[in-house]
Amino acid sequence: MRRFKQTLGFTLLRFSVFIVFLSLLSLVVFISLKGFKMLSLSFLLEFPRRGMTRGGIFPALIGTLLLSTGAILFALPLGILAAIYLKEYAGAKKWVRIIRIGINNLAGVPSVVFGLFGLAIFVKLFGFGVSVLSGSLTLGILILPVIIRASEEAISSVPSSFKEASFALGATKWQTIRKVVLPNALPGILTGAILSIGRAAGETAPILFTAATFYTRHLPKSPLSEVMALPYHIYALMTEGTKPEFQVPIAYGTALVLLLLVFAVNFIAIIIRSQSRRKRKW
Amino acid sequence: MVNKIIIRNLNLWFGENHVLKNIDVSIPEKLITAVMGPSGCGKSTFLRCLNRMNDLIEGTKISGGLLIDEKDIYSDSIDIFDLRKRVGMVFQKPNPFPKSIFENVAYGLKIHGVKDKGIISEEVEKALRDANLWDEAKDRLSSPALDLSGGQQQRLCIARALAVEPEIILFDEPASALDPISSAKLEELLGELKENYTIVIVTHNLQQAARISDWTAFLMLGELIEFDKTEKIFTAPQDERTENYLTGKFG
Repeated sequence: MRRFKQTLGFTLLRFSVFIVFLSLLSLVVFISLKGFKMLSLSFLLEFPRRGMTRGGIFPALIGTLLLSTGAILFALPLGILAAIYLKEYAGAKKWVRIIRIGINNLAGVPSVVFGLFGLAIFVKLFGFGVSVLSGSLTLGILILPVIIRASEEAISSVPSSFKEASFALGATKWQTIRKVVLPNALPGILTGAILSIGRAAGETAPILFTAATFYTRHLPKSPLSEVMALPYHIYALMTEGTKPEFQVPIAYGTALVLLLLVFAVNFIAIIIRSQSRRKRKW
Repeated sequence: MVNKIIIRNLNLWFGENHVLKNIDVSIPEKLITAVMGPSGCGKSTFLRCLNRMNDLIEGTKISGGLLIDEKDIYSDSIDIFDLRKRVGMVFQKPNPFPKSIFENVAYGLKIHGVKDKGIISEEVEKALRDANLWDEAKDRLSSPALDLSGGQQQRLCIARALAVEPEIILFDEPASALDPISSAKLEELLGELKENYTIVIVTHNLQQAARISDWTAFLMLGELIEFDKTEKIFTAPQDERTENYLTGKFG
């Protein structure tokens, strides 16, 4: 009987893993099959034509690259500095715990709420308008909790014996952080940051009201221009227009490009992590 | 004989925990003083009072006088970073930075503001020579310190401490992670270093204390039981507890 229960348990576990794997696999296969025939260099490098029933996704691709880059440029320095403060200076005071709970909760806020926040603050209050800048800042705030948490973990993983050695030589805390802690935490911080680029690239709701436009014939001229973006482009193709027989295949093509982009970014993160693990001897 | 370090009625608490109790001891200059005692007797904590590393632990409270060259190192006028430059430390487990051999030794110079490359490489060479590591390391200064053997790493840590020209060096069971041959090399090095530096070494190893030290302090449960010339402690201890410890009745 006990043996039977064990067999039953194992089967259940195996089955769960199988279901998980199958759903991921079918997603990738489905998108690939549907989107594959659209993929070509001209699809990537051409503007949409004829009311988005022909042509490519070039401006949306550029827009997504700009938005994710902008988001990381804003969130990475801020996130690293916040993580250093929380980890090395703040100690275990009560308000620090509250801030940390706040940060963790921020990670669970629905992304459309970030979109509304971005609209109210960056678009209206700061007057940046619907623009690359507003969208980048909104996405930046969205990925901030991920970056802070990854940085905190990376900082914690630096052995305290390194810090002790530095202090014992008469280094200040700041020197120790800059010369010992940060260089050794950097691979971990970068891994987290790159993973969050993938997250930022795929988000739709935060840029809905802050950055994205349905269609534009130009690439953005300045950070204050509005842009097209891959996830919003999919949404637009599926909900607007009158020629679904042309638009739906383009939407799947766009989805595949977005998927490949996110995979590529995650792959880079994995490479950085495994490289630094191999080099690391502590 | 000049006393480099004078300690008067030193008490230390970690929170509610009274770790060091009424310690009075004077540590002579340019000799090796060993601090021994059973696990948990406070010997590492005692050592870390001398370069104020205990300050890093939250909830530490300290009272009494701790004088180096007749100046109280816990007074407000003391610059703690300068103090740690004067009082170097070598830890139980070799802990070189994950940098090159050269950068490890140069680290202390750089944080204390030495910028001249020529001076830095001179000082690095001198420190490595003084730590008996130069011959093994001179052809691979730019290779990672963590590629060195354990014994070499520990001598590198000594070189790193020597580079900032301390007056006192604290050793916290420096040989406990080393094999016997590396350990012997380290002891030989300590003998050479005492010509120029005041050395305080915490050790678990009685034979080691007997071999290398000039003076020995015996600590138990946070109290200094006995402090005397090493040969006297090991041949004619005054306190019964010291004798019991040395003869292995407890440990």
